[in-house]
Amino acid sequence: MKNDKTLGAVRKRKALPKPYPPTGIADRDGVVGTLMLAPAVLYVVALVAVPFFLAIALSVSDATVGDPAIHHFVGLANFIDVMRESAFLLALRNSVIVTLATLVLLTVLTIILVELLARPFPGKRFAEILIILPWAMPAALAAVGWLWLLDSEFSPIDWVLRSVGLLGPGTALGPANNLYYLGREWLGLGAIVVINVWRTLPLSAIIVLAGRTAIPNELFEQAALDGAGYFRVLFRITLPALGILLTVAILFTVLVIFGDMTVVALTTRGGPGYTTEVLPYWAYLKGIQGGALSQGAAVALFLFPVLLAASILVLRMAYRREEA
Amino acid sequence: MRITSVARTIGFYVALALLGLFAVFPALWMVITAFKQNSDLYDPNNNPFLFNLPPTLSNIEFLFTQTNFPVFLWNSFFIGIVVVVVTLVLAVPAAYSLARLMGHWGEHSSIAIFLVYLIPPTLLFIPLYEIVTFLGAADTVWSLILVYPTITVPFCTWLLLSFFRSIPREVEEAALTDGWSRVGVFFRVALPLAAPGITTCIVFAFALSLSDYIYAAVFVSSTASRTVSAGVPTELIRGDIYYWQALMAATAIVGIPLAVIYGLLFDWLVRGFQVELPRSLRA
Repeated sequence: MKNDKTLGAVRKRKALPKPYPPTGIADRDGVVGTLMLAPAVLYVVALVAVPFFLAIALSVSDATVGDPAIHHFVGLANFIDVMRESAFLLALRNSVIVTLATLVLLTVLTIILVELLARPFPGKRFAEILIILPWAMPAALAAVGWLWLLDSEFSPIDWVLRSVGLLGPGTALGPANNLYYLGREWLGLGAIVVINVWRTLPLSAIIVLAGRTAIPNELFEQAALDGAGYFRVLFRITLPALGILLTVAILFTVLVIFGDMTVVALTTRGGPGYTTEVLPYWAYLKGIQGGALSQGAAVALFLFPVLLAASILVLRMAYRREEA
Repeated sequence: MRITSVARTIGFYVALALLGLFAVFPALWMVITAFKQNSDLYDPNNNPFLFNLPPTLSNIEFLFTQTNFPVFLWNSFFIGIVVVVVTLVLAVPAAYSLARLMGHWGEHSSIAIFLVYLIPPTLLFIPLYEIVTFLGAADTVWSLILVYPTITVPFCTWLLLSFFRSIPREVEEAALTDGWSRVGVFFRVALPLAAPGITTCIVFAFALSLSDYIYAAVFVSSTASRTVSAGVPTELIRGDIYYWQALMAATAIVGIPLAVIYGLLFDWLVRGFQVELPRSLRA
């Protein structure tokens, strides 16, 4: 390929008659660097930093959808108001439960999947297409797919359970003909966790696989010579070597889930009642649907301390790695 | 063959089949549903995995002729492409600049960029809604093109920063010594070497912009400007009436071709992340 110049190809080119060290504008690293960096920084300041501080300002104002300007400072009134609502504690609890359960399940499945994909096998390319499928579907549409899969009347999972005699009158799973996955508190939360894991497993596997394939083969060959069994190798060599990358990958995906409302918005909608409500969706309901922009902003801001704490965890681990 | 190795091979394929089934089962269910007739679909006594009545194409025909799905598809595609271009234009030079030109703090800014990525849309969408309205972009595809890079630029800068850092400095220094300008080195040496990272960025920027629901649902309410993510659920779920077959067809039509493309790029995506390893692990 024309663009694929390696070091050798670059060096073979005839040297241009230019002084070294270079002196032109295009050679001054500081100038070039600033020019290259500026657009991205300006964009992020305008559309991330400014809105972030606007969110803080909104949360201490009395703005609504009808009157979105920030006129009055109301202190922490919005925070106190939303915390007094019974839905708040449920949403906070559910956000924490869903995030932690996703974290555990995703970690286990990621390790298994990465171990499987780390070796060659016939049909691997086809397997990779199947494995990446959940991530390729737009989240909202995938959630609608699950809504139908877990339908209260026509769920094929219920049909299978009925056929094998586990569901229906006089069976182990109860007299009803259906399990009503999305209509019950814990089954609903469980479904949200499963959908989240299903959706993010391909991504976390890709990230961790990058680390797995970079572990030098000599380590495994040495272990094989020493007669170490599979699980010994996994826990003594693979996992310690992956440790940091695995943590970063999992936190990375899980934090996105913590701040996302798509799955809940399209499946349980927080119901029944507020039993499967999560903070991001509640912020949406309050701020946009309910018209109380300031209260919605206050709810959304509750997410931030948790995100920040988790991010600092990532930060510290990353720094320790730099020193390694 | 020893018994343990036979057992291990069986275990390997069983685990692979189970995880593959977990990944594919919902999609399989979607595809079956998409071709079913109403009277077949809505009979709880029918085996839901079989076609008890002949399969039909009428649901897909309905989707393309009686709904705005083609419009949503075009909007999503257009937004995705523009967002990819904007993301690359902003993130690639920024990442290179931080990795090579801004000195020590630039190289170590990846944590700060990561933090920006972690600010969730749920926190930003209310103020961004006001900004978009203020700019007069509300209810157009441009509102989404304006805000999607808030997700994609930090992510891609973070990824590419690591990628550029993992390219040995000597390669570029050799070109500089040969009299190339820094800009020339960026375009002709660093960019080609960063191809796997850039590929990963393209896929991610496209996938993230296609997958967004919250901005698409909040900023755009007119049908003509809706994306697949927000448009399909709004148009095909009317109150209590769900057009299940058309919904599933829409999901499969978007998801399966993308899965094939992303799946074929799987190794490249993995290579795109193959950057940040502790030094002790580098061979």
